Amino acid sequence: MLAKRIIPCLDVHAGRVVKGVNFEGLRDIDDPVRLAEYYNEAGADELVFYDITASAEQRGLFTDVMKRVAEKVFIPLTVGGGISSLDDFDRVLKNGADKVSVNSSAIKNPLLIREAARRYGDQCVVLSMDVKRVNGVFTVFGRGGRDQTDINAVEWAQRGQELGAGEIVLNSMDADGVRGGFDIEMLNAVCEKVTIPVVASGGAGNISHFYDLFKNAPGADAGLAASIFHSKEVSIHELKEYLNASGIPVRRIQK
Amino acid sequence: MIAIVDYGVGNLHSISGAVKTLTDDVVITSEKNALMNTDGIILPGVGAFPDASEKLFKSGLGDVIIARAKAGAPLLGVCLGMQLLFEKSYEYGEHKGLSLLKGEIAPMANDLTQKVKVPHMGWNALSIQKECALTKYIQNGDYVYYVHSFYAKGLDCLNAGSEYANLFVPGIVSSGNVFGCQFHPEKSGSVGLNILKAFLEVTENA
Repeated sequence: MLAKRIIPCLDVHAGRVVKGVNFEGLRDIDDPVRLAEYYNEAGADELVFYDITASAEQRGLFTDVMKRVAEKVFIPLTVGGGISSLDDFDRVLKNGADKVSVNSSAIKNPLLIREAARRYGDQCVVLSMDVKRVNGVFTVFGRGGRDQTDINAVEWAQRGQELGAGEIVLNSMDADGVRGGFDIEMLNAVCEKVTIPVVASGGAGNISHFYDLFKNAPGADAGLAASIFHSKEVSIHELKEYLNASGIPVRRIQK
Repeated sequence: MIAIVDYGVGNLHSISGAVKTLTDDVVITSEKNALMNTDGIILPGVGAFPDASEKLFKSGLGDVIIARAKAGAPLLGVCLGMQLLFEKSYEYGEHKGLSLLKGEIAPMANDLTQKVKVPHMGWNALSIQKECALTKYIQNGDYVYYVHSFYAKGLDCLNAGSEYANLFVPGIVSSGNVFGCQFHPEKSGSVGLNILKAFLEVTENA
């Protein structure tokens, strides 16, 4: 049986990790390579890196970071942010990424999913979506949640699968930042309609939220979070021991 | 020296990076001559069987790999590289493999009786069936990372595998000096590195 995956997400700006990183006893923890090694040792099943830079120069710094992470950490690595063409896929895949996630660029040009899946394989293409309820309808937002579209999230997930996406990251904007738990209702709505893996994102505030996720949204394959891991409020090692004791299949690391 | 075969499919950085944490004596090569003088050969692969098999045979690399394996050189196939070690595959028609291991590659979807996701992607636990050199540093229940839609059937060289719905997916196979991993050891954390370490030991003792 496949293990449920726990995935920390690192936002990288100018070669450093940003967003609430607060580790005691670890110096220079905003170094993405150090943090990646730390999470790997703690039992993270995968790492997601978002490139939140704008300039071409900083983009170079990001690919350099990926290259160095891939030399040290031997678990799957996903890259997102600033991916809008096959050249972008090529650039990050050549620098150590195993999967590439697209979001706004796929809204603008859905065929990017198909072209990338044909060239690199379905398993390589992740469709990431920011979703919020608008008049009770799960609605997709672009540009990091700033632009409302008229796209229904469940239909967009199905379309993404048809085009060749191998995985979906479903980020609930309603749950994000509130720390009240994952958006079970939204996850179930999407999981019911697709057969590819779905990664839950947004809302994790404590250890039991992950149990609730896998218990109440059994179609979800993974839980993704950033700040609660960075702030060390939740240790991945303890989280996995807790899930294992609660009967959720997880990959445990021998300490 | 360990040679990682570059026959134009997939990303070789991860596998070479993982091997480099264990030894500096590794080279990525597409040269037939380079394969003649190595202590061990790693055959990686991501993508579809027909394309990979055609590239291997057309380049002549396939025949060199067969000759070296038959002469006793340690060989490790990874993911699609493992599938290529078998006699044939039914991915997009029927295509022949290197025939170094007995068995064939078939779509998992045809044999699954429960509704589960294909590809079989993620971390799954290994159940060791028969110890071999590659299982030296791993334990029953260790997790490894799989990404595949086809699997080996009708084989007589199973060492370890993982349960997926009603199927038992061969994860580690071997026959003498020929080894294969369906999962990605280079993406399976410390467990994967230990499997590669065990393979390097085979090459040192060959």
